[in-house]
Amino acid sequence: MKALLKMPGFAIGFIMAFAFVLAALISFFWLPYAVDGVDIANKMQAPSWSNWFGTDQYGRDILSMIMMGGRTSIAVAIVAVGIGVGLGVPLGLAAAARKGGLLDEIIMRGNDLIFAFPALLIAILITAVLGASALNAIIAIGIFNIPVFARLSRGAALSLWTRDFVLAARVAGKGRVRISFEHILPNITNLLIVQGTIQFSLGILAEAALSYIGLGAQPPIPSWGRMLADSQTLVSLAPHLALFPGAAIVLTVLGLNLMGDALRDHFDPKTRRERQ
Amino acid sequence: MLRFTLKRLFSLALSLIAASVVIFFGIEIIPGDAARLMLGINATQDAVDALRVQLGLDQSMVARYFDWASGLLRGDFGTSYTYRVPVAEMMQGRVWVSLPLALYALLLSTLIAFPIGIIAAARRGSWADWLVMGGTQLGVAIPNFWFAMIMVQILALKYQFFTAGGFPGWEDPALALKALTLPAFALALPQASILARVMRSSLLDTLSEDFMRTARAKGRSRRGALVNHALRNAMIPVLTIIGLQFSFLIAGAIIIERIFFLPGLGSMIFTAIRQRDLIVVESAVMLLVFAVIIVTFLVDITYALVDPRLRRRR
Repeated sequence: MKALLKMPGFAIGFIMAFAFVLAALISFFWLPYAVDGVDIANKMQAPSWSNWFGTDQYGRDILSMIMMGGRTSIAVAIVAVGIGVGLGVPLGLAAAARKGGLLDEIIMRGNDLIFAFPALLIAILITAVLGASALNAIIAIGIFNIPVFARLSRGAALSLWTRDFVLAARVAGKGRVRISFEHILPNITNLLIVQGTIQFSLGILAEAALSYIGLGAQPPIPSWGRMLADSQTLVSLAPHLALFPGAAIVLTVLGLNLMGDALRDHFDPKTRRERQ
Repeated sequence: MLRFTLKRLFSLALSLIAASVVIFFGIEIIPGDAARLMLGINATQDAVDALRVQLGLDQSMVARYFDWASGLLRGDFGTSYTYRVPVAEMMQGRVWVSLPLALYALLLSTLIAFPIGIIAAARRGSWADWLVMGGTQLGVAIPNFWFAMIMVQILALKYQFFTAGGFPGWEDPALALKALTLPAFALALPQASILARVMRSSLLDTLSEDFMRTARAKGRSRRGALVNHALRNAMIPVLTIIGLQFSFLIAGAIIIERIFFLPGLGSMIFTAIRQRDLIVVESAVMLLVFAVIIVTFLVDITYALVDPRLRRRR
């Protein structure tokens, strides 16, 4: 971690993303203003010392809304990555453990099938089928993370299966399942962390898009995407309504992407040598 | 090459069948009864039942699937429950908004990405490279619907270079293109950023190959070697990404269409979901997935043409 923070890309990205995670966490204990009340007298105020980011059309403090909305966006994206890792990695490892077997074939064809569907289109359908809510947004985004992690871990595991230390483990009499978890998994963790960061940022974008079209978290739960949707008709009167939630999305995603790139460089021996 | 094409065609057919099964049964579990919804809550059960028979909703799901799928093969997309017109007819006008939008965005994305990706790779480490890397990093992070909102505010409402929404139809192609420009640009921005980065890194990889040194040693200029030797070899990963992007553009178009009030397939799908007009949803989604699968197939074939080694794999 210390070595990572010395890389400027990682440090900047970490500060950007972590600021929003922290703000979302703080919102559980403290908010500048309550966001469940309506204060029409103070509606659509421009940013000021009392309301740093201004107020929205109901007089709610936008900074507080962004802090609350961060919870939704970050929670949805994290759980969706968790679904992808939790289901995708075991599937990928299983496919690699019996390469060319029936299971491998089924898993890989299933992957191809999911990839043939435009992700957002299916997320829209899933939320249309199950109803619009944050939970269903998680499911919709999570489903697309499964093949991503399955394919990644299968590919990485396949090359490990040919290595001598795995052969040694097999000679020692360890089963395929044990080898997968004791020897293969620890060696692909770096890759999974890098991909996890990227999928996390994609999840934030996907959640924002789903809430924007009304298929994500429902009122009164604030979310960045819905704040943008609500601001759409008012944006020419009060640009700050769209500016701040949008900036929150961009900065979080940008921060995560910078972290992901830095992590990849850090874990990749080829680029590491180049840097030194 | 023939063997390769046949093999790919076979897997293309399999993908289409699998996709149609997933789409049909996935969507049929949407709760709500189209007949009940059309007649309103005051309709008698007899009337609803009669309508269900008329719409074919009384048959089993499997029977309806085969009915629908065999119709697709004949180009018959079924009849809308709500409007009682052939779905193909409903889609016809809308396809000519969504497809040109996606292709326009693909064109813009390529036109933006190629030059800046090539410049960044050719002048690695220069300020131009830094600018491209920073700009594309930002481009990937910006949600395109937010970017669209901002562009509408500035370019359409303030300076009135473009229209803020709506679609005038193709009678006047210049007007139609003008109406599609902002949406296509918004759609293209993240894709162009990704493509530029892929172009850059792929080109950097080829630039470090031995044959590049040979070309320079033979006396080719930097530019000549880049254009004649490196670019062609760098194209394979770039082609892959272009193929993949079509899928993103098709789906992204659904959201962008809503922002710009474009009468495309996306808005039709949304309305149809609300009205439980499932046959319309199924057929429209199938059409989009069909387009994606066909594009993937074409990209695969193009690879094999560009790189003979790929024909023997798999």
